[in-house]
Amino acid sequence: MKLDPKIPNGPLAEKWTKYKATQKLVNPANKRKLDIIVVGTGLAGASAAASLGAMGFNVDIFCIQDSPRRAHSIAAQGGINAAKNYQNDGDSVERLFRDTIKGGDYRAREANVYRLAEVSGAIIDQCVAQGVPFARDYGGLLDNRSFGGAQVSRTFYAKGQTGQQLLLGAYGALSREINRGTVRFHERCEMMDLVIKDGRARGIIVRNLVTGDLERFAAHAVVLATGGYGNLYYLSTNAMNSNGSAAWVCHRKGAAFANPCYVQIHPTCIPVHGDYQSKLTLMSESLRNDGRIWVPKKKEDAEAIRAGKLRANDIREEDRDYYLERRYPAFGNLVPRDVASRAAKERCDAGYGVGTGYAVYLDFADAIRRLGKEAISEKYGNLFQMYQKITDENPYETPMMIYPAIHYTMGGLWVDYELQTTIPGLFAAGEANFSDHGANRLGASALMQGLADGYFVLPYTLQNYLADQINVGKITTEGAEFDEAENNVRQRFERLLKTSGKHSVDFYHKKLGKLMWEYCGMARNTESLTKAKQLVAALEEDFWKDVFVPGTANEFNPELEKACRLEDYFELAQLVIADAMHREESCGGHFRTEHQTADGETLRDDEHFMYVAAWEYQGHHQPETMEKEPLNYEHIHIATRNYK
Amino acid sequence: MRFTLHIWRQENARAKGHFETYEIDNISPDCSFLEMLDILNERLINDRIAHPVCFDNDCREGICGMCGLYINGRPHGNDDGITTCQLHMRKFHDGDDIWIEPWRAKAFPIIRDLVVDRSAFDKIIQAGGYISTTTGGVPDANSIPIPKHKADMAMDAASCIGCGACVAACKNASAMLFVGAKVSHLALLPQGKIEAADRVKRMVAKMDELGFGNCTNTYACEAECPKLIKRQNISRLNRQWIASLFGRDRNS
Repeated sequence: MKLDPKIPNGPLAEKWTKYKATQKLVNPANKRKLDIIVVGTGLAGASAAASLGAMGFNVDIFCIQDSPRRAHSIAAQGGINAAKNYQNDGDSVERLFRDTIKGGDYRAREANVYRLAEVSGAIIDQCVAQGVPFARDYGGLLDNRSFGGAQVSRTFYAKGQTGQQLLLGAYGALSREINRGTVRFHERCEMMDLVIKDGRARGIIVRNLVTGDLERFAAHAVVLATGGYGNLYYLSTNAMNSNGSAAWVCHRKGAAFANPCYVQIHPTCIPVHGDYQSKLTLMSESLRNDGRIWVPKKKEDAEAIRAGKLRANDIREEDRDYYLERRYPAFGNLVPRDVASRAAKERCDAGYGVGTGYAVYLDFADAIRRLGKEAISEKYGNLFQMYQKITDENPYETPMMIYPAIHYTMGGLWVDYELQTTIPGLFAAGEANFSDHGANRLGASALMQGLADGYFVLPYTLQNYLADQINVGKITTEGAEFDEAENNVRQRFERLLKTSGKHSVDFYHKKLGKLMWEYCGMARNTESLTKAKQLVAALEEDFWKDVFVPGTANEFNPELEKACRLEDYFELAQLVIADAMHREESCGGHFRTEHQTADGETLRDDEHFMYVAAWEYQGHHQPETMEKEPLNYEHIHIATRNYK
Repeated sequence: MRFTLHIWRQENARAKGHFETYEIDNISPDCSFLEMLDILNERLINDRIAHPVCFDNDCREGICGMCGLYINGRPHGNDDGITTCQLHMRKFHDGDDIWIEPWRAKAFPIIRDLVVDRSAFDKIIQAGGYISTTTGGVPDANSIPIPKHKADMAMDAASCIGCGACVAACKNASAMLFVGAKVSHLALLPQGKIEAADRVKRMVAKMDELGFGNCTNTYACEAECPKLIKRQNISRLNRQWIASLFGRDRNS
């Protein structure tokens, strides 16, 4: 495997302009002859398919739900970053670029991040033209708020439903193309395998989730926009059906997987409360604009709260420890997510946690006093309602209880500057790729990246690839490659449906998630990772002995879907552990307890680890091999990340 | 807590459906309704009682619109402004009988058990529920100021999640609230006015074609909407539609 990031030459600020000016194009008559498969209908997939369809390509788009609008981008709450500088507070493309690189703890590729910042403004223009109802001020102009890791207000938002509104905008654009016939939509279809012909990605095998039929689709290029693998941990803020399998089957077929150990843990989620729990609900980072995070200063107060003898409002102001404001005066409650998560864990591990002991307070009393209940309700009303429905407590009167939870995966399929994976013709966009966030993603940057990839990067880079394909003719679904891929999927179903053990798939998924959270979660070390490796292997063995997957492959059968995904998670877990083990440093979301400063901050090792770790599949249960893509910082000055 | 569940079971679209009764015990009041069904399914699998109950669900935080169960005669169950996944067992009494059905509407055929096919909603949107833009070449976002109250009204209408509760609640299985919400969202914004007349005609025609019923102003849809979409959106839909008959430029 040879990694070529294909970064254009020239000064950083001119790379993308130069690329666009010199790339190959496809004329309109030829575009009609070229087929593209897009898997996933979230922000990246929907925006890519809509843009490519409008350009004149033939697009087939697939999703596992019943409508493109269900993709989990819909659940993003807080906002989308863009370097518009509408607030005149010192923002610029350069500033957004720097914040993102620093936020990612200097583990992202400069050229990609700069391009992301560069196209960010156009995303907002596009969304407004589609009718996305962003929040506005009384003069009718767009409003902004702040997110973690930034000292400017560059986050555009639509109440606490920004992801929903952006996705509905992209869904509208996609619906228009479906209506025009340039895009064909396939609902309730799950990608089961990638088909490679003559070294290029040429098609996919999908399972129709309603009938169970396996179907073949062929194209000149395949775009994967299938999101991240956070559900590996079972309890996460992801939707129940979010999964890493489409990316994983591509990895099995030769696509390198980069930085799998970079998993983002979001500091503000509703804490775990029972064994039956199926997911953790996020409370938007935007709440940290007005909410203050604290725990009691005295251990005995924390103990009394846990025992139900004291309530949050009983603790006097001087007995509260606003630990983020104390430790990070410059950024306060708006430090990046990894920093805020570790700080919460530190307080709870030290015995100051509230609730079950694994929770801290997020308090709005000050903001309500300052701005009034109505203003707070207008900004965060739906989040407060959501919190109240789940916990049965009123956050206007008593502080929210929150705790970190798995949220986003910075790791993903390795892609070059063109978003092409190591398999020619296979592209990856959005959370499915690894490209822009380094070791930690800043809040409100996932929406930005998904839409940047789909609206403004792939339409150019995919065209550059397809320009060579105009003479190959229609790709068909015939041939040994398709037969083999389909047979493999069938055999896989047979293996799983032969089981007749005692436990459900979820039983094993919960166990896998729990052990990954415990031994490969917010804090890791050689000992815990060694243990995780053994436990995952043992659990996988037990899974094959004692799982029961009911039903058949020829019917609507969610248990079979879950079983396939879990089978992939067992392998993926081992790769996450191996990557975490090899990276003998702490950076961003990857915290190795052996590598920390005296005051508990991450300790990077730039001399040995300033690279992207891209892993290559070597077969089931075989250790993967790793290739390094060195990160060359030409533009930015590398520093210790400091939010104090 | 202990419950007696009466759940609609139907193997596929063509099969005949029926209610099946299951007893369930030891449920925490903090458990969500769907987690309660997870626990039931775990038991159905472990004890080989039956194929697990199929029900649509995804985000489990009330925003994707995937879940939708008709519980004791109410879409999304006995609470206001929530989806099924946001319903918690503390809203029930210990020992309650709970009747669980799929959405019932001609335009939403049953796929299996409690899962229905809502692609009719997508088809209505595809008929015109968008502003025609292609990527790039649009004006700066702040070049079109929009009065805050208009933007807020558009946002309220746009918060529809497409779950289908309005159709399930309506005795006529009408989709007027769903269509009204999208028509309103776009008609309230200057960007959306250009295509407003065509949009409303095409969406309404598609809605009729797909077998949704008419609105007879009982507003069960508004009462059951998890996102509290207001019936005024139906009035706006009607005004828009009537105006569209008299020419392209008249927008109410």
